[in-house]
Amino acid sequence: MEFSYSILVLALPLLTFLFLGLVGMKLSHKVAGVIGTVAMGVVATISYAIALTYFFGDGQGQIVDGVRQQIVVFDATWLQFTDFLTIKLGVLLDPISAMMLIVITTVSFMVHLYSLGYMHGEKGFQRYYAFLSLFSFSMLGLVVATNIFQMYIFWELVGVSSYLLIGFYYTKPEAVAASKKAFIVTRFADLGFLIGILILSFYSQTFNFLDLTTSPEAVVATAGGATFLGCSVMAWALALIFMGGAGKSAMFPLHIWLPDAMEGPTPVSALIHAATMVVAGVYLVARLFPLYLCEPGVLELITFIGAVTALYAAIVACVQSDIKRVLAFSTISQIAFMITALGVARPEYHEGVGYMASMFHLFTHAMFKALLFLGAGAIIHAVHSNEVKAMGGLRKYMPICNITFLIGCLAIAGIPPFSGFFSKDEIVVAAFANSPVWGAWLLAVAGMTAFYMFRVYYLIFWWNEPDYGHHTPHEAPATMTIPLVVLAAVSCVAGFFPFADYVTYNRVTLEHPSLLHNVMHLNWSAAIPSIIVALLGIALATKLYKKENAVPAKMADSCRNLWTAAYHRFYMDELYQFITHRIIFGLICKPIAWFDRHIIDGTMNAFAHVTHWASAQIKGLQSGLVQNYVWVYFVGALLLAVITWICII
Amino acid sequence: MIFDNILIYFVIIPLVVLGLLSLSKSIQQVRTVCVIGASLLVVLAAYLTYEYLAIRAAGDTSAMLFQGSWLWYAPLNIHLALGVDGISVVMLILSSIIVFAGVFASWKISPLPKEYFMWFFLLSVGVFGFFISIDLFTMFMFYEVALIPMYLLIGVWGSGNKNYSAMKLTLMLMGGSAFLMLGILGIYYHSAADGNLTMNLLEISKNNAIPHSWQYFLFPMTFVGFGVLGAMFPFHTWSPDGHASAPTAVSMLHAGVLMKLGGYGCFRVAIYLMPQAATELAWIFLILTGISVVYGAFSACVQTDLKYINAYSSVSHCGLVLFAILMLNTTAMTGAVMQMLSHGLMTALFFALIGMIYGRTHTRDVREMGGLMRIMPFLAAGYVIAGLASLGLPGLSGFVAEMTIFVGSFQHADMFHRVFTIVACCSIVITAVYILRVVGKLLFGPVQNEHHLQLTDAEWQERLSVITLIVCVAAIGCFPNFFSNIIRESFLTIVQVLPQ
Repeated sequence: MEFSYSILVLALPLLTFLFLGLVGMKLSHKVAGVIGTVAMGVVATISYAIALTYFFGDGQGQIVDGVRQQIVVFDATWLQFTDFLTIKLGVLLDPISAMMLIVITTVSFMVHLYSLGYMHGEKGFQRYYAFLSLFSFSMLGLVVATNIFQMYIFWELVGVSSYLLIGFYYTKPEAVAASKKAFIVTRFADLGFLIGILILSFYSQTFNFLDLTTSPEAVVATAGGATFLGCSVMAWALALIFMGGAGKSAMFPLHIWLPDAMEGPTPVSALIHAATMVVAGVYLVARLFPLYLCEPGVLELITFIGAVTALYAAIVACVQSDIKRVLAFSTISQIAFMITALGVARPEYHEGVGYMASMFHLFTHAMFKALLFLGAGAIIHAVHSNEVKAMGGLRKYMPICNITFLIGCLAIAGIPPFSGFFSKDEIVVAAFANSPVWGAWLLAVAGMTAFYMFRVYYLIFWWNEPDYGHHTPHEAPATMTIPLVVLAAVSCVAGFFPFADYVTYNRVTLEHPSLLHNVMHLNWSAAIPSIIVALLGIALATKLYKKENAVPAKMADSCRNLWTAAYHRFYMDELYQFITHRIIFGLICKPIAWFDRHIIDGTMNAFAHVTHWASAQIKGLQSGLVQNYVWVYFVGALLLAVITWICII
Repeated sequence: MIFDNILIYFVIIPLVVLGLLSLSKSIQQVRTVCVIGASLLVVLAAYLTYEYLAIRAAGDTSAMLFQGSWLWYAPLNIHLALGVDGISVVMLILSSIIVFAGVFASWKISPLPKEYFMWFFLLSVGVFGFFISIDLFTMFMFYEVALIPMYLLIGVWGSGNKNYSAMKLTLMLMGGSAFLMLGILGIYYHSAADGNLTMNLLEISKNNAIPHSWQYFLFPMTFVGFGVLGAMFPFHTWSPDGHASAPTAVSMLHAGVLMKLGGYGCFRVAIYLMPQAATELAWIFLILTGISVVYGAFSACVQTDLKYINAYSSVSHCGLVLFAILMLNTTAMTGAVMQMLSHGLMTALFFALIGMIYGRTHTRDVREMGGLMRIMPFLAAGYVIAGLASLGLPGLSGFVAEMTIFVGSFQHADMFHRVFTIVACCSIVITAVYILRVVGKLLFGPVQNEHHLQLTDAEWQERLSVITLIVCVAAIGCFPNFFSNIIRESFLTIVQVLPQ
């Protein structure tokens, strides 16, 4: 088999995890870190080989009649439920999984390398690398899943890896609370995913992605038009599956865990909470996209949730003062772009450009957002604080960080020729094709993106220099700057990659792909407005934040209520706190526990007490006094005689 | 000859251990005897599995293998009838592992270690005997043998309000037994149409002579009788108090194996012998067990005593076992046995760890502890793994069991059953809440009590006990098909008797 070596992509990280997890504590920090990093490097190399062979190899089977094939490399039975429903573990190669392999291994390798410097000397360094390997294994297993249940398995595994890594500093109460919150919120969403799988598989009798997506109409038809509460059951199934995706991808209103997840080490935020795990929801919808196309109502729901999230997160990001939180909300907003792109995609609009745009943005966003997070990590490492107040004027002290962070900002703001411009432009095109409302909406959010990113950029690198005292910030070590430079380079050029030739919703290839395809096919009617709004956003940020001045504070004062509400994320956390603590804990759990102890158990105890009481009452009969016995004997005999006499008469 | 049958050794070994224990003079001798006996049981269970698979592979499809029957009491036609199918084999493996781990977990029991282990092994005689019997009477006898020692084990070696708990547990389970006794007698007197009454499960099922009207009476009797031990709502209240007071290894054995007797009896007796009534009355019990699942989980959320949390979580997990059994299809029932296996191992692990932590901190109140990860990393890591298994992390046993149950139950043709399955599914979220709450409070965060800083991590025998259980939990989680296939194959014969 041509791709049989792809098993190594899963096996190596798993073995590394087991090795570091079991004997890691016996190793020195350096050895453990190097083992983890080298293993990830090898995995990355193999993934590149797989992707290159898949896209450019001349082997048979990748392209048949101009359509890229979905290749099942292997598929082993793991657990059999019924004759038809079986969980298999395997590797599925198709354009999106091959692309995801590159994204994950690249970012993961960079993060492994970066962590050698960032986590230097931390307690539990070996554990950290073990968990990173576990995460990489789970995430890779998720993207190459051949069936929806395999995806669910790895979906849960990435959730746990994320839990373990957010709570890495387990003595810090905030980290523990954040990890718990992240796990429970995503678990709640996964409940929807699970129920969705159950409904889908009940009707279609298959978990297999190929069966589900090659003839989606037939799959939808298996439900026989069954409805539940007025919607077709398949729409329910797909909406519930999307709920799982929305939880992982932090879509409103399930986004509340992601900002808190920033309590984890910064490289972890870069890997898990910016580039890979949080896009799993996007990937899930993309994976089942043919099915979603059969239920346009669900796609409209997805569009709506995506658009609302994009705007909400962008507004909140404009006022946060913790740089990791700004980045977290910007991640939520950008993922919402991808989700919206999938929601607006239809085959009739520019050959389903939304699908391609979503995957393209996923790719470019992973690179520049990882870059921004790792940059933020270097800054935090230098000034020992997350707050922008502790930063300012850093461009003098950290030139490499400054340049790379700027590239990241330009990319996310959508300035050509950086990568974010091309992918975001495609999304805007797709949104306009669906409806001008969504197009304009996303354009507005794109402008805000440029504004808040440059706000934070200026506050970090310009603005006014605080008193750094003896701890003058300095550039990070090479293990940390190399990943920054690599990712910055990728962010500069990735936009030119002719994505549309390789990833489309129906996997049809173009006849003559060319390197300048993206530039030549640019839709200027969408590109020009998007460049303009991005420049406006940047200009506003420059005006307000380049030099220290009182205008921003005044502006905040002038709309104090809105500003405070946005700063508190529109009180979403407080709302959840109320629901979970007051309602679920106070009005369900506690009464149930009380009911159990006092009513159910009380009844049982009452039985015992009644028995006890009754025996106490009648124990006097067994007094041992012969006179009493004789009395009772006579009375009883007399009674019997009377009864007999009555009966005879 | 009775000794040619491999199964009888599951009863003989603990009995021999019992005899040797009564002769042993020192704690070393007691430990040696116990370890050898427990290890032999594990080896025997492994060998039985191997033999069982070999015979099945050779194409023997009879319902029970290794059958043997010796007349015991002619007037009531009682036999010592033995036989196992895949389900019993799996339960025997589970029991032997828990006994093995339990011996190490109660390594330093005091006072009266000799007597303690004697009762402990007497209890295991009952457990093993129950799983290998196919005669209703011997089954019931072994069932009682397993229950009675519990009273003394809790009453003498327990902690807290132990007299009350021991009495409550024993009386409630005896109440269940009373139902059961009635049921068994009823079954016996209707076991054959031609007057050749029998106690043998296979023969009763083959005769299929119990009239429907009687089935309606006998099914609830036997199901509730076994259901009490399976912690079915509203007969579960013995569980929190009983577990909280019981010594470590007894909690392990009780939650790990004894509660499984309930589930096992439910399908082996109640459903297998009264299939028509089971099909028609299942919905009533489905509601009760469905309540157990969610109710137990919600109750666990507010408990502060580690053992109470675990006891309520057992109510929820064992509720799922009975819930799945009542779905009456092969997949769900396979899931039920997987869940028994999984819950047995992971609750035993939980109780072992709680016992070890309690032995150090002398408190089980989560509010009084914190940051144990720093102080006793081994025990804390074990607790995290047990927790993750309990909340259904793929790769550990809980996930495969729950998923088999959910997928199997959802295949039910009836809408009511499917909606109820979704309700039961909700427990996975609540489980995550109470597990992570405890893990966060107990193990992570700052150290709550200065005195805890001097505590030590696990000793070798404790590590052995914990590692054994973790390896088993992971083995089931990683290679579920091995167990699932053994179980499923055996359920085919049980499901066959159900009216379609």
